[in-house]
Amino acid sequence: MIEIKNVSKWYGSFQVLTDCTTNVKKSEVVVVCGPSGSGKSTLIKCVNALEPFQKGSIVVNGVAVEDPKTNLPKLRAQVGMVFQNFELFPHMTITDNLTIAQIKVLGRSREEAVDKGLKLLDRVGLKAQAAKYPGQLSGGQQQRVAIARALAMDPICMLFDEPTSALDPEMINEVLDVMVQLAHEGMTMMCVTHEMGFARKVAHRVIFMDRGAIVEDAAKDDFFGQPRSERAQNFLAKILHH
Amino acid sequence: MDYHWDWLFFFRETDDGLKYYDWILSGLGWTTLVSLASLALALALGSALGVMRTTPKRWLVAIGDAYVDVFRNIPLIVQLFMWFFVVPELVPDRLGMWMKQDLPYVVIAVVGLGLYTAARIAEQVKAGINSLSRGQRNAGLALGLTEWQTYRHVRLPMAYRIVLPAMTSEAMNIFKNSAVTYAVGILELYFQYKQIIEKTSQVLEITIVVTLAYFALAFLMNRLLAFIERRTRVPGLIVGGKGSN
Ligand SMILES: Nc1ncnc2c1ncn2[C@@H]1O[C@H](COP(=O)(O)OP(=O)(O)OP(=O)(O)O)[C@@H](O)[C@H]1O
Ligand SMILES: [Mg+2]
Repeated sequence: MIEIKNVSKWYGSFQVLTDCTTNVKKSEVVVVCGPSGSGKSTLIKCVNALEPFQKGSIVVNGVAVEDPKTNLPKLRAQVGMVFQNFELFPHMTITDNLTIAQIKVLGRSREEAVDKGLKLLDRVGLKAQAAKYPGQLSGGQQQRVAIARALAMDPICMLFDEPTSALDPEMINEVLDVMVQLAHEGMTMMCVTHEMGFARKVAHRVIFMDRGAIVEDAAKDDFFGQPRSERAQNFLAKILHH
Repeated sequence: MDYHWDWLFFFRETDDGLKYYDWILSGLGWTTLVSLASLALALALGSALGVMRTTPKRWLVAIGDAYVDVFRNIPLIVQLFMWFFVVPELVPDRLGMWMKQDLPYVVIAVVGLGLYTAARIAEQVKAGINSLSRGQRNAGLALGLTEWQTYRHVRLPMAYRIVLPAMTSEAMNIFKNSAVTYAVGILELYFQYKQIIEKTSQVLEITIVVTLAYFALAFLMNRLLAFIERRTRVPGLIVGGKGSN
């Protein structure tokens, strides 16, 4: 579903990504972790071409994202993305947040879009908030709306960039629960997160990045059992004992 | 002080058969027309320029930046003279003749004041867009919106809300700036003011009235924008946050 092949990226002379290669198969859940600044966000933003890269190739569902002929809006509409800071549109009601792209991108009728949006809102337990604005919801609620907004596009896969790291601790679980449920339904997911409990529960593979490179790419049990690299061992020791 | 107050002079007849208050009203009308038309032009063009300056396309940014540098740094009155006297000489003859003979003065004045003000609006629109977190654009793009749709539906609606207070002072300024168009023959309020001073000696009365008229225009504009600000206020939003990512 997502094939990342020898991707390298530079900001000027600074290399952010070094020869990254990995695959995410259909219905697979891959967790990406690593120290701050290691390039995790950059890598997943390359997947839906929010960031360009200079070398290598990324193929999503058979479409090469770096190909200048690729219709990027169309590709992105199929790839859901959830951000650390939610990024709901503050001037729109929750309903409008859920429907705007369905209407403008997929060309659905307003009724159809509202219907779909409200169903998903119900699924993340927030049906009662439909008429409110993002600023009137808690962080955890906003993030659940953001997930529903992405799902409303019927994505073929989902990208998460530290979806819980901007949340107060008591709200982390309500968001993780939604993600776990998605994973169980067979959604293809690439999640940047340091929630190792989530990784243990649903991940198939864990990728560990450091200084722009994929240092470790292992099945979950292997990763938690005995990471091969010393850097991954140190990293795990640090975050697990917190 | 032996100034001779005479408020009733406004009702006296002028050389052309009208009353002095007719001159004032007519001046007020032209001032309002020139100002509002220029403001509309400035908002449209300034928004387009402000958007251009925030796109990833370097040549669009360069055009927008150059425009603002030129139009913000040349005095308004010089710009007006350029539109009236210089531009008609530079364009092809027939177009130049048409500009000089057939094009109503007021159109040229509106273009001059509008293009000048557009540079200022462009600055504010750009600042508003740049004050939004980059994540807003990314979130729009990630949903499949085009770059333009992220402006139309996501970034501009928030940017306008953020810069509305600054826009308010620009919109109030336009009435003051419109006084300069008397220099290119627009019979607006300042022109009438000067004319009345020359014809009568009631300097204080007319000064008071004209001052109040300019004040009233600015005040109405202020109230209008305050109303818009209230109507577009977003519930639960604390403006000014700039997120990361
Ligand atoms: N626009 C940019 N210009 C220059 N350097 C950048 C830019 N964006 C990111 N970087 C740098 O690229 C590196 C990788 O950033 P990235 O955000 O991908 O890291 P990350 O692993 O997601 O970190 P975090 O855990 O803090 O989110 C960092 O060193 C960062 O400073
Ligand atoms: Mg990051």
